[in-house]
Amino acid sequence: MKFLELAIRNFKEMWRDPISMGLEIGIPAAFLAIFWALGRSLGDENFFTPTMLVPGIAVFGFVFLSMFSAVVLARDREGALLSRLLTAPLKPRDFILSYSLPYIPLVILQIAVCFGIGAVLGLEMLGNAGLAFLILLIMGIGCVELGMILGLLFTANQVSGVGSAIITLVALLGGIWIDLGTIGGAFYRIGNALPFAHAISGARAVMAYGAGFSGIAADFYWVLGYTVVFFVLGVFLFRRNMVE
Amino acid sequence: MSYATNSNCFAIQTFGLSRKFGDLIAVNNINLSIKEGELFSLLGPNGAGKTTAIRMLCCLLRPSSGTATIMGRDINEDPMAVKQIIDISPQETAIAEHLNAWENLRLIGGIRGLAKTEVRKRSENLLEMVGLTKRAKEQVRKFSGGMKRRLSIAMALVADPQVLFLDEPTLGLDPQSRRGIWEHITELKGKKTILLTTHYLEEADALADRIAIIDEGKIAALGTPRELKDSLSDMQVMVVKAKNLTTDAIESLKKIYPEVKAIEDGVEIRAKELSFYEIVDCLRPRGVAIQSTSLKQPSLDDVFLHLTGKELRE
Repeated sequence: MKFLELAIRNFKEMWRDPISMGLEIGIPAAFLAIFWALGRSLGDENFFTPTMLVPGIAVFGFVFLSMFSAVVLARDREGALLSRLLTAPLKPRDFILSYSLPYIPLVILQIAVCFGIGAVLGLEMLGNAGLAFLILLIMGIGCVELGMILGLLFTANQVSGVGSAIITLVALLGGIWIDLGTIGGAFYRIGNALPFAHAISGARAVMAYGAGFSGIAADFYWVLGYTVVFFVLGVFLFRRNMVE
Repeated sequence: MSYATNSNCFAIQTFGLSRKFGDLIAVNNINLSIKEGELFSLLGPNGAGKTTAIRMLCCLLRPSSGTATIMGRDINEDPMAVKQIIDISPQETAIAEHLNAWENLRLIGGIRGLAKTEVRKRSENLLEMVGLTKRAKEQVRKFSGGMKRRLSIAMALVADPQVLFLDEPTLGLDPQSRRGIWEHITELKGKKTILLTTHYLEEADALADRIAIIDEGKIAALGTPRELKDSLSDMQVMVVKAKNLTTDAIESLKKIYPEVKAIEDGVEIRAKELSFYEIVDCLRPRGVAIQSTSLKQPSLDDVFLHLTGKELRE
């Protein structure tokens, strides 16, 4: 468990950056409040309700987390510290775990903030809250692993640009603001091939319709599968990129 | 290809170690044998291949051909075993800026598998050794360049590696900080095998048991500082201090003595046989006012210039 010491360092680095931390928590909270207010103003009682918004906003927040984690890894890659650490007897998976684990408390905090604000605004939880929490947690971890891939492929400066594109794509293809089924066509097919819409629809099914695990199993495994793939791809890229 | 190793005597051995980047040969067929407990210096200008060689020995870069062993462990075949027994203080200041000195040492000790009590004990000693005990709980981003270097060396020592790589440990430091680092390195002499890269002649001269002069990826000469200087024992070095020393005058001098180096207010001339009168006859007609001449012992700088045809800081 040598990698835990590096995970602790990364955790400290993350928590000693209060502005980024504040944004990570503040962005989903602000979006949730804004879209709830928008829904009330529009008189919408179907989509812009806390129950429907919370899963989408949580996933939207995770994509920002991808950028955050990508920048930290990319910055370390560009600096000398990671070179020094690479001379230690750690394996590529240890490094990816070290850079991923510190974000899990942040993922949990993001979901908790979304659920908490949602509850204040009138969120209804018809199914098992733990199950909704779990699928969102796995998606959050998947987004952190996606951040590892981006951090290994791009420089810290490039990540900002690439990140904006990914945030827009996830917003469009994840069914965060608009139900993908309503759009249909290519958007629906591409969105369904990705994990984001599955995490959102799975959590919505639990929260709004009281679905159990069997009702969301396909969504659950789709999200889990992507998370595993992102992790394995991160390990592969680390091995390939970090020893020239 | 298999290579004979003799880990009983040598801590580091390289066998035709080479690395290419596209068409550029950064390290070209290096063969070195560094004894246990030896402080060995790779001396060469920027871009000579020193850092590339160290990165290969630390398993951060794969050789294009050849290999090396560290305490008998092959860098190509068993990099994890090599990583168990080495540590490095890289050229850039490789520290976690948001952590304090104490936490930086704990990080390195932890990832190298040391128990917390052991890390604490060693960190206390190392912080004392590098004079950072009083600043141990400050975030290191507030440290000066010299303090960061000292911490970097302490970090490389926390796991008590058998083989230590110091890549340009005093690069960019002021003379006082450099002297301080030298003292710390001198304390380690004989206790560890140290491979130190530098482009400071005086650093290699003051610290190293043996020096390999590296230029354009190749080893140009190898020996103790004394042996390298003695290799020029049949050479004379004359320092000529003069006024109005023009480029034209220096070029004329080079036609007689090819190894002429411009220095402040004069030139240094190296040759097996120097003629004072010949030098005066060459310079005076060109309006040069000779103020003084003196003979000096060949330095490592002279050795480097003689071997490579260029100055170390070029």
